[in-house]
Amino acid sequence: MTTETQAPAVDAVEAPEEQLTAAVAAAAESDGSAVTAQRQLVIINWSGEYDKVQPTLIMASVAAASGYKAKVFMTFWGLLPFVKDEKRITGDNWMQKMLSFMQRPGIDHLKLSKMNFMGMGPWMIGKLSKEYNVASPKELLEACELMGVEFMPCQMTMDMFGLKREDMIDGLGEPVGAATVLELMTEEHTGSLFI
Amino acid sequence: MTTETIHSTVDAKGLSCPMPIVKTAQHVKTVPAGSLIEVLATDPGSVKDFGAWTRSTGNAIVEQSEDGGIYRFVIKRA
Repeated sequence: MTTETQAPAVDAVEAPEEQLTAAVAAAAESDGSAVTAQRQLVIINWSGEYDKVQPTLIMASVAAASGYKAKVFMTFWGLLPFVKDEKRITGDNWMQKMLSFMQRPGIDHLKLSKMNFMGMGPWMIGKLSKEYNVASPKELLEACELMGVEFMPCQMTMDMFGLKREDMIDGLGEPVGAATVLELMTEEHTGSLFI
Repeated sequence: MTTETIHSTVDAKGLSCPMPIVKTAQHVKTVPAGSLIEVLATDPGSVKDFGAWTRSTGNAIVEQSEDGGIYRFVIKRA
């Protein structure tokens, strides 16, 4: 953790000259560690649709690309996109299995949050993406993995949906809970999002 | 025009956010500190993005130009 030296905030209009000079001198002495302190982006990825997973992965990959620690907490619907694409049905009991039957897991099978049109929607978005060279969620996920984004599955969701470690894609971290995420969100130099 | 030699080029032409930044970040990790790399992009949004990215990462934009819709950035790796 870097400790930052920051010049005291001085109201330029009201401060006497000596105070201003002192503040400027203090700023000049600072080694710039305030600027280079490690920043962090924490995203709670609660949604599982294409148009919501997309911004999660864009923000995470750009954060990692910009030298931030990027962490994505995948919970509820937002955990299903990170199940292996080949897994069609997950879960132990009939309700969990039916859930996976109706909401197909995997990053290649995402629905749109509106205008899904029984699958026409994502198909059209796919066509538009190709035409305008927009990265697909799968490509973004690969970029995230390359850039070292940390993916944290929600333990509670795994339990409730009957998801096992072997159902999930490789490269995910240990399952955690809300308290871990809360602590991360309230660290210094951290921005957080709920998507 | 910079007279120092460009180490390598990232061709991000035709790519949309976030790929120009992500590809550049990936490439920059592979070049020696102090090298100059050239990035070519067609995404107008990337102009501001590269400013933000270089500020966040401590890399520097040495040169920036646009020609016929292609934006060219020369970036020095910190």
